[in-house]
Amino acid sequence: MNARTLKRIAIQAAALAAAALVVWFLAHNTLANLEARRIASGFGFLQREAGFEIGESFFLRYSASDTYLRALAVGVTNTLGVAAIGIVLATVLGAAIGLARLSANLLLRSVAGAYVEFVRNTPLLVQLFFWYALITEILPHPRAALEPLPGVFLSNRGFVFPTLTSTPVLEGFNFAGGMALSPEFAALLLGLVVYTAAFIAEIVRAGVLSVSRAQWDAGHAIGLTRRQALRYVVMPQALRVIVPPMASQYLNLTKNSSLAVAIGFPDLVSIANTTINQTGQAIEGVAIIMAVYLTISLSISAFMNWYNARIMLK
Amino acid sequence: MRVVVWLLALAAAVPAWAQSTLDAVRSKGFVQCGVNTGLAGFSQPDSKGVWRGLDVDVCRAVAAAVFGDATRVRYTPLTAQQRFTALQSGEIDVLARNTTWTISRDTSLGLNFVGVNYYDGQGFMVPRKLGVKSAKQLSGATVCVQPGTTTELNLADYFRANKMTFKPVVIEKLEEVLNAYFAGRCDVFTTDHSGLIAVRSSRAPNPADHVILPEIISKEPLGPAVRHGDDRWYDIVKWAMFAMMEAEELGLTSKNIDEHMKSPNPSIQRFVGASGDIGKMLGVDNRWAYNIVRQVGNYGESFDANLTPLGFERGLNRQWNQGGLIYAPPIR
Repeated sequence: MNARTLKRIAIQAAALAAAALVVWFLAHNTLANLEARRIASGFGFLQREAGFEIGESFFLRYSASDTYLRALAVGVTNTLGVAAIGIVLATVLGAAIGLARLSANLLLRSVAGAYVEFVRNTPLLVQLFFWYALITEILPHPRAALEPLPGVFLSNRGFVFPTLTSTPVLEGFNFAGGMALSPEFAALLLGLVVYTAAFIAEIVRAGVLSVSRAQWDAGHAIGLTRRQALRYVVMPQALRVIVPPMASQYLNLTKNSSLAVAIGFPDLVSIANTTINQTGQAIEGVAIIMAVYLTISLSISAFMNWYNARIMLK
Repeated sequence: MRVVVWLLALAAAVPAWAQSTLDAVRSKGFVQCGVNTGLAGFSQPDSKGVWRGLDVDVCRAVAAAVFGDATRVRYTPLTAQQRFTALQSGEIDVLARNTTWTISRDTSLGLNFVGVNYYDGQGFMVPRKLGVKSAKQLSGATVCVQPGTTTELNLADYFRANKMTFKPVVIEKLEEVLNAYFAGRCDVFTTDHSGLIAVRSSRAPNPADHVILPEIISKEPLGPAVRHGDDRWYDIVKWAMFAMMEAEELGLTSKNIDEHMKSPNPSIQRFVGASGDIGKMLGVDNRWAYNIVRQVGNYGESFDANLTPLGFERGLNRQWNQGGLIYAPPIR
């Protein structure tokens, strides 16, 4: 080892030690301040009764007598649910719009271009408020609900439809039975899908354009139609450009779902916020939020990396 | 997320009390007061941008006591969720934001309630056209509520106790949760009774279209709070609030207090600082209470200026000798 290497190692070790010292100071100081101000700490609160109701839960049964842990689990599943459905729908819509922007049809191309420019350049939060207001203001009260198909009802309480085992009926204030999508869920999903699709459209368009013009010509030369050339020649090559930035869009969509708190969808952040305020344990609550989002995001990244490796030219 | 910023502040804060709140307030020259983002009658900016309300007057009274000048207050509008972290982290000196005093808040949030400046209770508001006459008829209803409040918990308790079900729609911003209620997204809006009156008279497109149900389902003593562990500051805020109540009991108002400066009544002499050294005991100017009443007014004046025009009754918030619960310990 020469002197330069030693010096480099020494500098890095010093930097690491300084960083560790700062982290230690912050942690120690926080604990000291919490202790001095008699603010409770630790995760014991998770086993206590939550005492508040949650508007909707896709997978887990929940009532006010359940624990904070279960309430937070409901939040996690609600976040995962809206993110998963959102990712699928945004990919489909985004790909369609991206391809429409490359269409030979002038009208289709212009409409798709206008969509992308409009949606990409207005804030997502404003769009969410817009969708939510649209749904709650325009749709009628349940007692005057629209019934586009027998048993399917549209009202400002949401979209209610029959399942194999039960059909919705109006009972007192609202519909009972069947399955229901709340206006909050609908507005959030719509907002996330419409917004993210605009970005995905641009990525798809860029991916397709990155494939050289000659590849299209080669496809046509062997007798493929435009559609077949896209499907068998261009797309497989475009995917290598499309997939890596798509991962960022999926991560964005998942993290943006936390804006649910503004329109009342009970996602993880919304429930964790309530938990923080009821228990006063902000540090633990924020740590849980960060850990969950980190886990979800790293999983999405890992999956996309795996998929990217799979479609690479070998 | 502002909560995160305050957590960082908590992490970086100088280890416990290098400086007392009173010294800090004196050296920066104003009281930083956490208030509601906009609740008519309690804390809301008027058309000129000046904050007004019953809670705002507590902040002004504290400034009058400390500086002899009720205008030396800066306001931090806080949502229900932000309020406690803002106080814990030192962002604000006083929290005067229609906050319910409960044992769990008092013991585990690192704060102390100084008293009660409004006795309230939780109620329900419904559109008149639903024809609902009692909260007992609300089973199956969709209820709009703000998160992180005792309201949310009382609501769940009340429906559980009465074996009824409901669907909550939980939205943080008052503005947004009211939009949802007025758009018909919910059948019911619930909050403290005072909040319902304020909302109905100041936000409803047509106040007569909404009825407040007769049931009061909880005790909600609303009061200001300060950080745990600074007893001197706690005393100042507590007695600034009590001075307004005592002034009403003594018949002192912002209009007549100058005439009473030479009053032979020993209680009034002590109160205005003409005799005794109560101000010194508190660590402020001896004319602290005079300044509060002269500049802010007594409790009744504050109530009449802020709440009476919105249709509030004094009710429980009358003086103790008039059948109410407003009772200041003796200032002597």
